[in-house]
Amino acid sequence: MASSSTPAPFTSATVTPAPNARGVRQPSALRWPMRVMVVGYLFFLVMWPVGLVAKATFADGLGPVLAALRDPEVIFAFQLTLSVAFWAVLINTVFGVGMSLLLVRYTFPGRRALSALVDLPLSVSPIVVGLALLLVYSGRTGWLGGVLTGAGLQIIYAPAGMIMATAFVSLPLVIREIVPVLHEIGTDQEQAARSLGASPLQTFLRITLPAIRWALIYGVVLSLARSLGEFGAVKIVSGGVALRTQTATLLVEERYQQFGSENTVAAYTAAFILALIAVLALIVVTSLRPKETE
Amino acid sequence: MLWFSVLVLIPLLAVLVQASAGGWSAYWAALTSEQTAASLRLTVGQAVVVTLVNIVMGTSIAWVLVRDRFVGKRILEVVIDIPFALPTIVAGLVLLSLYGPSSPLGINWANTPTAVTLAFLFVTLPFVVRTVQPVLLELEPEVEEAAASLGANRFTTFRLIILPSLAPAITSGAALSFARAISEYGSLVLLSGNLPYSTEVASVRILSYVEGDKLTDAAAVASVLLVVALLVIVGLEIISRRVARHG
Repeated sequence: MASSSTPAPFTSATVTPAPNARGVRQPSALRWPMRVMVVGYLFFLVMWPVGLVAKATFADGLGPVLAALRDPEVIFAFQLTLSVAFWAVLINTVFGVGMSLLLVRYTFPGRRALSALVDLPLSVSPIVVGLALLLVYSGRTGWLGGVLTGAGLQIIYAPAGMIMATAFVSLPLVIREIVPVLHEIGTDQEQAARSLGASPLQTFLRITLPAIRWALIYGVVLSLARSLGEFGAVKIVSGGVALRTQTATLLVEERYQQFGSENTVAAYTAAFILALIAVLALIVVTSLRPKETE
Repeated sequence: MLWFSVLVLIPLLAVLVQASAGGWSAYWAALTSEQTAASLRLTVGQAVVVTLVNIVMGTSIAWVLVRDRFVGKRILEVVIDIPFALPTIVAGLVLLSLYGPSSPLGINWANTPTAVTLAFLFVTLPFVVRTVQPVLLELEPEVEEAAASLGANRFTTFRLIILPSLAPAITSGAALSFARAISEYGSLVLLSGNLPYSTEVASVRILSYVEGDKLTDAAAVASVLLVVALLVIVGLEIISRRVARHG
């Protein structure tokens, strides 16, 4: 790893002029094989399968799809998914901005550890997330179960637990977007604002927030997409009862495993809508990216 | 901070505490019980295979995206991120449509270990690509030209100039995709059939322990996944510090 430092960049001035060399270098014999291999791999792994799902959804025309969309269980599942995702994203936005400011603008013992731990939810299995929440908040066996039941609160098998599970898995997305921007903008403007008599809130609203707004929007879109699609963690903490705690992803699973063409169509329809939202979110995000660098 | 503890730290701590509830012997017994050991072997084995494929394919894809130019390249950019954005259960359905019983290719890999490989490949696709791509973009073409002008052929240039600069990025991408693969659950539900000893992965094992109300056993398996996740994060932190120091 010691050799990983790139060799002397100062040679750059002496080498023959390369007008923005990327792409204009002489064609390589490997170029076409590489192109074909990469496009082929992506075609078989992603493009074709995704296309087939779209096709399967509308295999019998629009009629069954529209019927599935009128199914009260489907409607309920999407309403629940939206409201769970809304709360989870709202929580993540507020705490994400707070955590980012804490991590970048303050020094305290354990800051590095905390900043590494923030990424943990991205690499922990959703099943482990569900189990972890179950162990603490389950009314029957959880650490806080007695306290919560005593207070008349139900978290597991209820929307509160589902919101927590969703917030858990999408927690790092907002923070990861904001932290680098906060590092980059530095504190000069904030200090200037404060020395001119601005309150901390004014400084935040007038200086910090406008500076991080693209990163924030980007993070929110990502965490919304992640929240709408969460499956494993929600499955454990929700119980997945139709019309009560069944989200759209859980509905896809249940309906796909049931017999009967209406169930299959309902599964495909819900999956298609989820996929559509995911792709739309992606397109929004990729079109936001360039603006940010301008 | 308090919220982070309530939401993340305390529950994860509870997993470790619960895992140790039965003592060391119970912990070890849970992990080495035949079915669990089989699921762990499958998960880790497949994750290693998939990570190796990703190192090669991910780097190639990043290479094509940065150095090549052709019509429709922007579409590929979106395609790369689809597995990250798609809900995992939908990812399973998606793969099932091409590699399942009604496949237009006439193959049926559903409920076989190959399905596990496919699902892992799908969900981990973006990691190596997205970590290598920015580094490749920043690489100065002049250095390569200097190497070429000094008589190095393409392969030597790649091995001695490009690969060493990409190594940290490839390593981080590989670590991320390994972590993602061993923790995968959603895309396998419909695709792999979760057959014990054949296609059952660690996450599914945990879930069936939870459903059987064997929380200590569930926590034991979960603690293994948790430790791997922690190791990956610590590893990434070390890599990024080294890169920062060298850069």
